Amino acid sequence: MIYRWVAILFAASLALSAQAQEAPDVMVKRVAEDVLQTIRSDKDLQAGNQAKVKQLIESKLAPNFDFTRMTALAMGKNWRSATPEQQKVLTDEFRTLLVRTYSGALSNYRDNTMDYAPLRSNPGDTEVIVRTSVRRPGQAPVQIDYSMAKTPDGWKAYDVIVAGVSLVTNYRDEFNDAIKSSGVDGLIKMLGDKNKGPTPK
Amino acid sequence: MNSFSRRIAWTLALACVLLAGCAGTPSRVDPFEPWNRAMYSVHEVVDGNVIKPIAQTYVKVTPEPVRTGVSNFYGNIDDLFTGINHVLQGKKERAGDDFGRVLLNSTFGMLGIFDLASEMGITKDKTDFGITFGKWGAPQGPYLFVPLFGPTTVRDGTGWIVRLYTGPIGYIDNVPLRNWLIALGYLDTRAQLLSAESVLDAAALDKYRYLRNAYLRARRYQVYDGKPPPEEEEE
Repeated sequence: MIYRWVAILFAASLALSAQAQEAPDVMVKRVAEDVLQTIRSDKDLQAGNQAKVKQLIESKLAPNFDFTRMTALAMGKNWRSATPEQQKVLTDEFRTLLVRTYSGALSNYRDNTMDYAPLRSNPGDTEVIVRTSVRRPGQAPVQIDYSMAKTPDGWKAYDVIVAGVSLVTNYRDEFNDAIKSSGVDGLIKMLGDKNKGPTPK
Repeated sequence: MNSFSRRIAWTLALACVLLAGCAGTPSRVDPFEPWNRAMYSVHEVVDGNVIKPIAQTYVKVTPEPVRTGVSNFYGNIDDLFTGINHVLQGKKERAGDDFGRVLLNSTFGMLGIFDLASEMGITKDKTDFGITFGKWGAPQGPYLFVPLFGPTTVRDGTGWIVRLYTGPIGYIDNVPLRNWLIALGYLDTRAQLLSAESVLDAAALDKYRYLRNAYLRARRYQVYDGKPPPEEEEE
């Protein structure tokens, strides 16, 4: 009996380390295709069932992002002036905001198909940009790039660049202005209020 | 616009100018920020109460293949101008693809209603006079928000006016038909923006600023062919 458990544990740890070794572009493709496939095969997701959409994001997308790093980058030089508690609250609120944003948008992605550009990197790199482009019927493809870093838990995305617009940089303007006018706590409050508001349709 | 709604619009505009005067710090890219913010508020009222509901109804009552056909029809005209601008930008090969698309879709694709070219692997691209002017070295000029039109700059707005005067729909002699085509084109564009708009609603702390910065960055990225020099830090 105990041997079986050991065997299972061993298999599980092998699976985990295989995941950690996975190349970043392979990972992006796997996750994106998995999510698109899930949306295409689920009528509730297509209809925008918020609970289900949120569950999909939390289980399949969110684990692949480094939200602490995203928040730190969006905060820029203000990050160091925030206390560790503030940093934690900011990260939580920013994460919630991003998950909510994706929740509203994801059901529209059913008709999208994705193209993946070959990864240009060296074996030892710990930071890469994975380039993809999204095609929608009747529209020019939109380029979406993921800035990714190697962490002990595998590759994690810390920025998404849509048609040349970096999510993190765009938020840096927002955060900067908020902090200038009402401080870090002011920004925390703004994010909190935004997250408590109704989910926009 | 009747005189009543015009008065509302102006009162709103004035109120917003006064409010925005304190809210926004004008910057180099957006020297007219208080005015632009007022225009943005006017836009939100008019668009939110009239245009957006019409666009939402259009999406709800029109079957998807029909909407795609409508988008393709106008997209085919866009392709023509994308081709012209690629020529002006010196990208002959890409322009060839664009014109090939127009030729194929205008004929076998029934006036562009069917995007056969995409199915055959000739991908769609997008550029315009504003980008061409930028590549020629024209500065973008101040940012402008135009109600019912959206974010633009002096340069991009000029490009848009050039497009307006040279577009084929303007040459249609049958006035009612021409006006219907213009209205449908507007509706099609607005309907396509619905999902992007809901992202903006969800994502932005300050929608005006978020939209402006995203717009300017996206345009800059295009002018530099996806390799923009690092941004200057503005303090």
